[in-house]
Amino acid sequence: MEWETVIGLEVHVQLATNTKIFSGASTAFGAEPNTQACAVDLAMPGTLPVPNEQAFRYAVMFGLAIDAEIGKRSVFERKNYFYPDLPKGYQTTQLDAPIVGAGHVEIQLEDGSTKSIRIHHAHLEEDAGKSLHEDFHGMSGIDLNRAGTPLIEIVSEPDMRSSAEAVAFAKKLHSIVTSLGICDGEMSQGSMRFDVNISIRPKGIEQLGTRTETKNLNSFRFMEEAIKLEVERQIDVLEDGDEIVQETRLYNGDTKTARSMRSKEEANDYRYFPCPDLLPVEIDDDYIEAVRQSLPELPDARQHRFEEQYKLSAYDASILAADGDTASFFETAVATCKDAKLAANWVMGEMSARLNAEEKSIKDSPVTAEQLGGLIVRIGDNTISNKIAKQVFEAMWAGEGDADSIIEAKGLKQMSDTGELEKIVDEVLANSQAMIDDWLASDEKKRKKKMGGFMGPIMKATKGQANPGMVNQILSKKLNDLL
Amino acid sequence: MDRSEITRLAELARIEITDATIDEAASSITDVLKLVDQLQAADTEGVPPMAHPLDATQKLRADQVSEDNRREAFQAIAPATEDGLYLVPKVID
Amino acid sequence: MHAKTIAEIAKDLRNKEYSSEEITQHYLDRIKRLDPTYNSYVTTTEELALEQARAADQRLAQGDNNPLCGVPIAHKDIFCTNGVRTSCGSKMLDNFVPPYDATIVENYKHAGAVTLGKVNMDEFAMGSSNETSYYGPVKNPWNTNCVPGGSSGGSAAAVAAQLAPAATASDTGGSIRQPASLCGLTGLKPTYGRVSRWGMIAFASSLDQAGPLTRTAEDAAIMLNTMASYDAKDSTSIDKEVPDYTATLNDDIAGMTVGIPKEYFGEGLNAETGARVEAAIEEYKKLGCNIKEISLPHTHLAVPAYYVIAPAECSANLSRFDGVRYGYRCETPADLNDLYKRSRGEAFGDEVKRRILVGTYALSAGYYDAYYRKAQQVRRLIKQDFVDAFNEVDIIMGPTATSPAFEFGSKGADPIAMYLEDIYTISTNLAGLPGLSIPCGLVDNKPVGLQMIGNYFAEGKLLNAAHKFQQSTDHHQATAPNLD
Repeated sequence: MEWETVIGLEVHVQLATNTKIFSGASTAFGAEPNTQACAVDLAMPGTLPVPNEQAFRYAVMFGLAIDAEIGKRSVFERKNYFYPDLPKGYQTTQLDAPIVGAGHVEIQLEDGSTKSIRIHHAHLEEDAGKSLHEDFHGMSGIDLNRAGTPLIEIVSEPDMRSSAEAVAFAKKLHSIVTSLGICDGEMSQGSMRFDVNISIRPKGIEQLGTRTETKNLNSFRFMEEAIKLEVERQIDVLEDGDEIVQETRLYNGDTKTARSMRSKEEANDYRYFPCPDLLPVEIDDDYIEAVRQSLPELPDARQHRFEEQYKLSAYDASILAADGDTASFFETAVATCKDAKLAANWVMGEMSARLNAEEKSIKDSPVTAEQLGGLIVRIGDNTISNKIAKQVFEAMWAGEGDADSIIEAKGLKQMSDTGELEKIVDEVLANSQAMIDDWLASDEKKRKKKMGGFMGPIMKATKGQANPGMVNQILSKKLNDLL
Repeated sequence: MDRSEITRLAELARIEITDATIDEAASSITDVLKLVDQLQAADTEGVPPMAHPLDATQKLRADQVSEDNRREAFQAIAPATEDGLYLVPKVID
Repeated sequence: MHAKTIAEIAKDLRNKEYSSEEITQHYLDRIKRLDPTYNSYVTTTEELALEQARAADQRLAQGDNNPLCGVPIAHKDIFCTNGVRTSCGSKMLDNFVPPYDATIVENYKHAGAVTLGKVNMDEFAMGSSNETSYYGPVKNPWNTNCVPGGSSGGSAAAVAAQLAPAATASDTGGSIRQPASLCGLTGLKPTYGRVSRWGMIAFASSLDQAGPLTRTAEDAAIMLNTMASYDAKDSTSIDKEVPDYTATLNDDIAGMTVGIPKEYFGEGLNAETGARVEAAIEEYKKLGCNIKEISLPHTHLAVPAYYVIAPAECSANLSRFDGVRYGYRCETPADLNDLYKRSRGEAFGDEVKRRILVGTYALSAGYYDAYYRKAQQVRRLIKQDFVDAFNEVDIIMGPTATSPAFEFGSKGADPIAMYLEDIYTISTNLAGLPGLSIPCGLVDNKPVGLQMIGNYFAEGKLLNAAHKFQQSTDHHQATAPNLD
């Protein structure tokens, strides 16, 4: 049977505020345990929450970015359950009256097509603390620094049909929230976490199958792996004639395995009710307009601008426009080198490969956008070949200075002196009688191809610095003279 | 309100109820529910629920750090801590 | 010295009749000597009190004009006090010493008031007789076989036994006014949002409000002047200027319209109590007030609505007591669930458990609409009754409690009988209105109270009406018999 995958996402985005959603404690990442958990975060008796304005502003920015209705009167509710990382015994969240209503996000697929993914709503809530499972004499340790960090939980409709679509959607959300500056996007620090709802159904059938929820995925790769694994599992289960059990699952990225979360299996009854310590938050049109005016350029708009301004393909533009840092790196490089096509190739090629290999973000790149621009200038004016450029790039990456000084210091400048090049070509030809005979014996079509055979020794003799175009000219003239 | 219902509520509320007290709890809670069941007679058609006595709206706080690290003071009154962490029996996901 | 009001002490301190240190020491000695009989204090803070008293004496010497400067008071043990154990009447918090002050505690510190100690209460403020306290029941100074009322029974008994001139208290369904009535005191529950709830351990957040228990309306005005403040740390605190409540005490009340809700005089009201209340209303007629019968038609639904809303809110508010960060933790928990269930099972008393379970039920899947939502709708109907009434009258009067103080154990076995004890006070909390109780005579040598309910933020008017009554009568001067 052919199966169709149906995926919906719940995405937790930590907002880049200075303080918690309901207290004035810092949200900075990486502090000593419990040093950023104040009386409110610890749920000390008698303490009370006061919401953070910036968290609301950020949520509204997100709402406007996905073209959603903004909740002009949003209400916090208590979601009751016991867990050691939840100090109050309830999570303060939004349910019936969230700050962001229905919206949508466009995703770009690799085949160049686009698809609209509907957002059901997004709501503000507080993050929980962390349970550390290192062994403290058979006990767990609780760090509440993260407790109360503002989150928006973005809930999509089940509009995705493959892991690729889900990843594209997740990446698009990442791109939107980082472009807005409302989230630092640091996945490894848990700044964005994905819960994936997955079900399958026979192709052509409308009714949704029983879904499972795989929780807390914090990288795009893990998300893709987890979805593929779960879809395979569900197909196996159904094809064996069994039924899918609605459950929460946990994916382990190290072992590439997933398991059911036993602790979440018991029937939950969260007993939501409006939080009596908080009043409804009212937001008026003026506020919304002011936020709208302050929105930075969003990825979609930037992509279109890149297509127009730099004549890039839609796909290239979508990648370069996806996040603010990459976009601004690219634009700075273009400003230096004036060659958008080459700059795009370098940013998406060499730069991106090198950053991935070292798990660095473009912000932390040892090669600056200006330096990359400088390198591209030297490719464009034929000072160096593409091949040499890669060598120069490596040196720049290693911190040896900018392109010009490296080219100078290492003597990598392309050899473009006709007389000198002719001399070298003559020397190579003098030592290649067998190749020349072979060339002469070939038909015209093959000759063109076989001419490449002489390039190797010539490049070797010039340490790769010969201007390939000029060598080609000289060589072809000299060989043709032999005919 | 029977024993199993009380057990379910006690589980949700994480309160241990001993076998000896469960029947008494069931009967007194049944009495309370009888009392509150008088509400069912009220005509509340179209009446919006009232969560707060005053129709006030929320004031929002400026996003400025106002809290210092007071871990020592807070953990001085904690039942069990180590290395700055609160200790609990092993958490199983 | 110990029979004096705040107003009198303030005068004496300035006339150097005695120092703050002297009167503080005097109260501390009395507490040590007499409180074993009443059990009104859970903790006395002798050192802190004397230190504060000496500091107050210095301020007084420099001409400080705050009437509370140097005046000893007691705090209900529901208000967090920095460095002083705050138990909330529960085994759960028997070892809890908060590293912070409640806003009202801070307000009194700034005013120069002296903290004598922390007074007893029903566990987590759940009770109307002070019988649910982990620290044992408080005795009514008028008759030690009787309850002082609750939940602020310790506050009321301490003031009635002259172990403090005044005490802070809190009121979720009548917990200031009913003990005031049963102990012959003036007790004021302000408008919801008038007084900060920061640092007051929550029972039912949308109903809880702090207020004073004093001997006179004038003292209540002095206490409220300091207690009331807008507090940015409490989202439900109302940013509205705090008037000087003492400035309007003597305003003329002639021409004021007093509404008498017929529902407050039905069956269930002890006849003699009713008679004292009616006599007090007669007195208001003499003072020039117009008396008008009114109806608050949803009164009978107040207790049922309250016993959904308060338990629901408390079921969540008390979830933080889990044995992890502070408070009681059971011995050698087998696992996480055992830690939760036994810590809570062993440290919460029966009444607290009962309300948590009722609240859990009312909010649980399938019951929310029938209970919680319904109760919140009824709550609006009850509020609307008052809104309509205040279109016609300035103030509402009736009994505070159905009867004078009852004997220990007489309602203990029946939670419903205890719940009905608050039948006249609960509507005020549901509506968020200010309410006040003043003594209006004795029944069986025990005091009974007249309740007054005002419009939103009309505390000044309530205190004014109460003060005028106390100027022309002497019910408030009656003291418990056999007081040492």
